[in-house]
Amino acid sequence: MSPEQLSVLIIVVPLLGAFAISIFGALHRNIAYGLLVVILGLSFAAAVGTLQHVFGSPIKLHYRMGDWPPPFGIELVLDQLNSMVMVLISGVSLLVAIYSKESVRQEIPDRIHHYYTLFLLLVTGLLGITATGDAFNLYVLLEISALASYALLARGRGFAYYATFKYVMMGTIGACLYLLGVGYLYIKTGTLNMAELATFLSLPELLHSESIRVGFILIMVGVWIKMAFFPLHGWLPNAYTRASTTTSCLVAPLMTKVSVYIMIRLMFGVFSVAYVVDVMGWNRPVVWLASAAIIAGSIGALAQDNIKRMLTYIIVAEVGYMVGGVWLVNASGLSGATYHIMADGLMTACLFMAIGAIIFKTGDSSLEAMRGVFRKMPVTAGVFLVGAFAMIGIPPTCGFFSKWYLIKGGIEAGQWIFVAALLCSSLINAVLFFRLIEIGYFGVFDAEGKAPHHDHVAVAEAPLTMLVPMVITAGLLIAMGLYTSEIISGLVQYTLPVGL
Amino acid sequence: MTETVPFIAATPALAVAVSLAAVPFIALSGRWPNLREVWTFLAAGIKLLLVMSMAGWILAGNTHTYDLCQVLPGITLRFKVDGFGMLFAMVASSLWIVTSIYSIGYMRGLNEHAQTRYFCCFATALSATLGVAFAGNLFTLYLFYEMLSLSTYPLVTHHQDKEARTGGRKYLTYLLATSIGLALPAMILTYINAGTLEFSSAGVFNADTSPVLLGVLLVMFLYGFAKAGIMPFHSWLPGAMVAPTPVSALLHAVAVVKVGVFSIVRVLTGIFGISLLFTQHLNVVVCVIAGFTVIVSSFIALSQDNLKRRLAFSTIGQLSYIILGVGLASVMGVQGGMLHIAMHAFGKITLFMCAGAIFVATGKKYISEMVGIGRRMPITMIAFFLGSLSVIGLPPAGGLISKLLMVRGALQAEMWPVLVIYLVSSFLNAAYFLPIVYKAFFCSDEEAMFEKKVAEAPRLCVIPPAITAIISIGLFFYPHLFNRLAELAIGLP
Repeated sequence: MSPEQLSVLIIVVPLLGAFAISIFGALHRNIAYGLLVVILGLSFAAAVGTLQHVFGSPIKLHYRMGDWPPPFGIELVLDQLNSMVMVLISGVSLLVAIYSKESVRQEIPDRIHHYYTLFLLLVTGLLGITATGDAFNLYVLLEISALASYALLARGRGFAYYATFKYVMMGTIGACLYLLGVGYLYIKTGTLNMAELATFLSLPELLHSESIRVGFILIMVGVWIKMAFFPLHGWLPNAYTRASTTTSCLVAPLMTKVSVYIMIRLMFGVFSVAYVVDVMGWNRPVVWLASAAIIAGSIGALAQDNIKRMLTYIIVAEVGYMVGGVWLVNASGLSGATYHIMADGLMTACLFMAIGAIIFKTGDSSLEAMRGVFRKMPVTAGVFLVGAFAMIGIPPTCGFFSKWYLIKGGIEAGQWIFVAALLCSSLINAVLFFRLIEIGYFGVFDAEGKAPHHDHVAVAEAPLTMLVPMVITAGLLIAMGLYTSEIISGLVQYTLPVGL
Repeated sequence: MTETVPFIAATPALAVAVSLAAVPFIALSGRWPNLREVWTFLAAGIKLLLVMSMAGWILAGNTHTYDLCQVLPGITLRFKVDGFGMLFAMVASSLWIVTSIYSIGYMRGLNEHAQTRYFCCFATALSATLGVAFAGNLFTLYLFYEMLSLSTYPLVTHHQDKEARTGGRKYLTYLLATSIGLALPAMILTYINAGTLEFSSAGVFNADTSPVLLGVLLVMFLYGFAKAGIMPFHSWLPGAMVAPTPVSALLHAVAVVKVGVFSIVRVLTGIFGISLLFTQHLNVVVCVIAGFTVIVSSFIALSQDNLKRRLAFSTIGQLSYIILGVGLASVMGVQGGMLHIAMHAFGKITLFMCAGAIFVATGKKYISEMVGIGRRMPITMIAFFLGSLSVIGLPPAGGLISKLLMVRGALQAEMWPVLVIYLVSSFLNAAYFLPIVYKAFFCSDEEAMFEKKVAEAPRLCVIPPAITAIISIGLFFYPHLFNRLAELAIGLP
């Protein structure tokens, strides 16, 4: 099998698998679960194989769907950047799939095969967005993943319907803006293939075209809505908090990160460094906005008394990290942002899974759910600690290294506000997580200020299907930190566009 | 060069890792306390042996470098053993054994809860300490510095009551806020400007680096490593005295605070370089900041009635002594500063262990309640007396040797104000320690608060301070080992 064929299997397997689950999954819930894990395992294996192929050299894999040449047909283009993101997507969704067994049983009692079908369609959409080399195809897949995610999120608790409705509105507006922007580009160039678009857009007569400029702005705003970039983030906390545990474990780490990927791909793969810096010249204001996002997200997180809601606000801050890093438009900043897509995806998955396990056992999602967690659920608590340290940025977890590059990029670009915002957010994260750790560690004091000693509290851990993926994710956070050098020199450095 | 070393090349990494490797064993044998303590002693013994196996090589004037892995392009996780690191590693690993004996006596004597967690965290903290001692570059140092902050948090808050929570909050707030807010950006700025984080005695900065930037970086590093307790970032240390006494003894008189000082001295000598400090007059900045802390903390110590708090403020002062010595930027000053890390460690750990022994035996925490305690606990109070001699710098105790070097360093550098600071603060040291000892032994029968009957703390709480007190005295007569290591560290032949 050629590497090109392997790369297309990453997407085709879950797409066809979605149909298989909707048919055969109806037989028994364990069949649905088994199929899901096997399908995602195959997809993940294909993604790793593809990544191995492009690792350490600047090659690109092209695959033409139905052998139609571009601009008529759709082309998949896999380079270092998107192979890396595809390993993240397929890997995290595989881990979440394994994790889902017990929590889905608890939260979604009926029609589990429908749930898993949507699960796979969402993953297919995300993988497709990442792999495609066609700007319109990207829109189609964006809608596939969005529709699947609306349905998944709406199967949550309480006011999930209402929260998801807000998300549907915002998501649709974002997608429309993106489509409109692509329309502008199509009118001016007559092509939707990204590589061809890039060639046309670098022509001097199009470089300063007003229509292209409007197209760029529409695309950016559309993508920003999709990734919940401050101040367009209002939909995210409600939608993600109300979702069921499995859904939020899947959606929270991946959807915003894929939107960041789209932004990077379009800014530097369709437009160019010269266009972003010289023609648009928005770098400074956008980095300021990113700094505001970081601070607003962190402060928003401080104000929450629900653990999941707190984490959703941290996502808003993390999106600020990545947008800021990209818009610094220098090598360190962009490397940091690219690395952080991976790091943040894993960190968010790790924390959502750990919190999900705690909610699964206690049935409580307020801060008080943490009480006595170090005694009752030592493994989960350990995983939570690793995730928290990564968010704070303690070495050798990967969170430290993305911060290292982002801060370095900020200093090199002279963007001191961004540097200050990053440091502030590290400190606020420390406060956020140590507040939870304190509740877990000290418990409730009696009248004399003494804590009851939990020496004889029985251990009541989450089921093994939850623990294993959690522990793997926590291990990956540290492993990724220790292998930063390889990731940067084998992958990230090839993703840097010319002109940096 | 690495092929010819007379020990396994990975020895520094193994010495760091051995106590971390013991953690799972300690955790799993929590139900059998005696077995659990065996692991601690086994790890401590192996650690000391590993450190000592490198001593001969280092004393012969060599260094040893071992790369664990490359973490960033241009930055490796690197261990480097040299004279200064060896000195600190010897102090920390030998005192861990003594403190472990004491821990058993103290924790079992008071029937403390969660002893398994306690010993696990202690072992982790010692790994981090050795990691700092053998760190070959600033990045490695920072990694273990943070690991130490986090692993000692459960020790500081061991009692898990409101007071512990307050102390623990203060502890983490000060240490994390300064290391993330100041030391981390300073490290990145250094990397951007110098292109390397490797320690070298010539410093890493180019000659044309702007003096303003250097000054800012210096201040960021000085305050960024808040474990050194430089004012105004000192108040975590008295706050952390809520910890059980063995923790205060090893971590807050030796490991944690000395890691802060060690980091600062490493940065001053290895990142800036002594000659750069001197030519840019940055050493004056160091002297002003450290000198202020020395004097003010000594005065605060005078007014403390809680014995552990008085010791804490005394520690703050002594830490800045060391930084002041290095800030002199003269050969003897730097050597004396490094030597004082060892001398002060043995003296101060004695004092803390005595304070703990008094608490175990009598439940007393306040100095005003200790009149005549020498009648009841003579061995403890004699050890206390010997320890305080070392900290004050009186013969026949090791502290004199290092203080004398620092005073001579001040003369060598012709920095008279520093000389005055040294002398005044030594008087203040005497003024806050000697009255405790005097009142313990020499008081009339009416004043005495204790019976004349001798009733010491459990044996395991008395022997360790006696040992360290004797070592403090021994170091007066035989300071050669540590002195030689300090000489090697500053490049004397």
